[in-house]
Amino acid sequence: MEFNTSSANGAAAASFSQPQTKKFEARSPAPGEKLSRRVSPPLPAARTARVLLVGNPNSGKTTLFNALTGLHQKVGNYPGVTVERKIGALANANGLPVEIQDLPGLYSLLPNSLDEQIAVTELLRKSAGAPAVDLVVLVADANSLERSLYLCLQILDLDVPTLLVLNMIDEAERNEMRVEAQGLGRSLGIPVVAASAKKMIGIDHLRAAIFTELEKPRSLRQHLMPLPPEMAALCRPAAVWFLHQGLPTARAAMSETLHVISDETCLQNWSAHAQFETLRELVAQARVELGRRHIPWQRAETNLRFAIVDQLLTAHARRGRRQNLSHSEKIDRVLTHRVFGPLLLVLLLAFMFQIIFSFAEIPMNAIENFFAGLSGQVEAGMPAGALRDLIVNGALAGVGAVVVFLPQILFLFFFLSLLEDSGYLARASFMLDRVMAKVGLHGHSVIPLLSSFACAIPGIMATRSIKDTKDRLITIMVAPLMSCSARLPVYALMIGAFIPGTKVLGIFSWQGITLFGLYALGIVMAILAAFVMKRFLAKGASSEFMMELPAYRIPSWRTVLWQMYERAKLFVTNAGKIILAMSIVLWFLASYPKSEIHAPQSENQILQSYAGRMGKAIEPMIAPLGFDWKIGLGLITSFAAREVMVGTLATIYQVEGGDENSASLREALRNDRNPQTGRPVYSILTAISLLVFFVLACQCMSTVAVVRRETNSWRWPVIMIVYMTALAYVCSLIVYQGGRLLGWG
Amino acid sequence: MSFQESLDLKKVTSSKTLAALRPGEDAVITGYDDAISDQIRLLEMGLVQGTSVRMVKFAPWGDPVQLSVRGYHLAISRKTAQAILVK
Repeated sequence: MEFNTSSANGAAAASFSQPQTKKFEARSPAPGEKLSRRVSPPLPAARTARVLLVGNPNSGKTTLFNALTGLHQKVGNYPGVTVERKIGALANANGLPVEIQDLPGLYSLLPNSLDEQIAVTELLRKSAGAPAVDLVVLVADANSLERSLYLCLQILDLDVPTLLVLNMIDEAERNEMRVEAQGLGRSLGIPVVAASAKKMIGIDHLRAAIFTELEKPRSLRQHLMPLPPEMAALCRPAAVWFLHQGLPTARAAMSETLHVISDETCLQNWSAHAQFETLRELVAQARVELGRRHIPWQRAETNLRFAIVDQLLTAHARRGRRQNLSHSEKIDRVLTHRVFGPLLLVLLLAFMFQIIFSFAEIPMNAIENFFAGLSGQVEAGMPAGALRDLIVNGALAGVGAVVVFLPQILFLFFFLSLLEDSGYLARASFMLDRVMAKVGLHGHSVIPLLSSFACAIPGIMATRSIKDTKDRLITIMVAPLMSCSARLPVYALMIGAFIPGTKVLGIFSWQGITLFGLYALGIVMAILAAFVMKRFLAKGASSEFMMELPAYRIPSWRTVLWQMYERAKLFVTNAGKIILAMSIVLWFLASYPKSEIHAPQSENQILQSYAGRMGKAIEPMIAPLGFDWKIGLGLITSFAAREVMVGTLATIYQVEGGDENSASLREALRNDRNPQTGRPVYSILTAISLLVFFVLACQCMSTVAVVRRETNSWRWPVIMIVYMTALAYVCSLIVYQGGRLLGWG
Repeated sequence: MSFQESLDLKKVTSSKTLAALRPGEDAVITGYDDAISDQIRLLEMGLVQGTSVRMVKFAPWGDPVQLSVRGYHLAISRKTAQAILVK
């Protein structure tokens, strides 16, 4: 296929792409060129076409992305690399190279947060060397078209080929909304396709429309919607200035004029320009003219565009009963009720953690048996020796001990994506905004913090939607205190080994309650830490809460399952790499040098190994917390990733126990006795002290790296490591020593 | 409402604010207190002059407020709602 784009608007878009330090570097226009269009050279024939998926948050963009790409996506993995760009190949493309990129949600081209900034930069191709955009697919929720059409009008002014998708059309029909796709398309001058990504309706049609658009010569496009004459007259002087600075078309110049008239920040973006004073005068004149017509200049663009949007909808749509909204309001009567709302939120989370603990038991046993069987096979099939030892006691023991917790992680992600996709998380923000404001956070911090239950890295990245820099910084600094899924293996191991499974109140057990307590401890400490940090960071006026509350929807099972699959893959490959490597290194450190005497007492062997010596070296430091050298070794290795702790303990016990020790790690921990006193090495108190330490300590290299990148300095990650580790040490010390004073040890 | 009509709207016609609405009450936006922060974003979300809004409810601690506007639900802080004039 050829993307024959040798035509008018191609040139328009092309000059946005040149590497630029400033927007639209000056270019001297050829005489007579002013309002005419130039011809761009044809694209190389076999180039991969680039399609951007753009849309308001909650417009079903990601579901559509999954539907179009058929899950053939490249998603960056979390440790170290951040997911910022999701790119997928268009499925069923008959071998044609079409690449789709999913951009962060966007309400307007005047970005209001870092998240939107990323989307706008990509869309305007402001970053250096950005590849050409061949088509923008704008996803709109057919149930509330107004804001989507606003964004659509802004994008049309960029002169990029655009296609509008009316998503969730099935729901709109149920709501008795009528949208005439063809008529709307004619008015806008672009193709409009009705679809439902969740129900897979209209996806083939959309795919065909994408191909048609990519093959269509750009000269055939004509976007309508000129400015009203009066407004155009007002904008013209500044628009001419922009044309002289190299903006490609009259339309783009008019659009930029509207932006700078309406938004002071947007105007200041040009302040480095040599002739900025001229621009400022022209803009000031336009603003005065607007004032004469009783239009505050801040509202010029929005008033104008929404007037057009209203006209379009009057002509081409009939607004129905908005059933989805009234349903949501009914559900909200309970879920965001003054009293029941916050109560239900707490109960819901408690229930979630209980389920994670009790339902995961069965698949966990299956995985445990699988690894036990595998070890048995290797032992039977290999001659005894160092290599067999390495595989069985090093690799299989370490990896197996961690992979066992896969079911729990899957349950966690299942619940989190249900909460998010149903629209409940936005309600949580709505309910908690005041509470968050009291402690120096913001309603917008709620979603990043709740996401941090999964992993602090996406949580920290989600802070990009927080407008205020200080609110964002505080949220970043406390997000790692929320218990992430990497802590879950450690929690599950220690709780499973030391906390009794006695039932409480019928459906809860002490184990589930302890787990909930650990999550609660993280939350409380995050709140305290935020409260303290607020004192140190002199805060200016915080930006006000503003958030869309999407209609409640039944989540798309495909999306939920896909997210679980992604997570499982990540967790297993992670276990496969980091944990395997750590386990092997540990096995070596714990097995060598071999002790002189081949005594049955393997404890001596491991004690005089490298690992034993390392553990012993830090033991004095951690002894006040109730930790012995084995845990100490685990603490060292778990800085790579928390779940390595479990693998470390498994490897140590396996090496120590030798071949005949096939009991699970939980039992090994329970049964470990001090050779001198004969008393158990670990008590409930040790377990709780260790759990508290894991809730609070900063033990994750990836988090440190992401904080470094998101705050663009080493200062904050260093402060984070210091304050979290100190907090963990002090709290564990209080728990252990306090407990002993009370005679629990 | 056309652009021309929006030109003709007088700036402030009443002093009742959005925050004074009771849950379930409808109103039309007539103007803004210009000290309002994030005015542009508010306008971009569709709360331009002449738009009808309905107060849905207040959050558990009375702040933020939930509005129904242009076919969707929007939550804004009470302070912002106090800076939007309605009739």
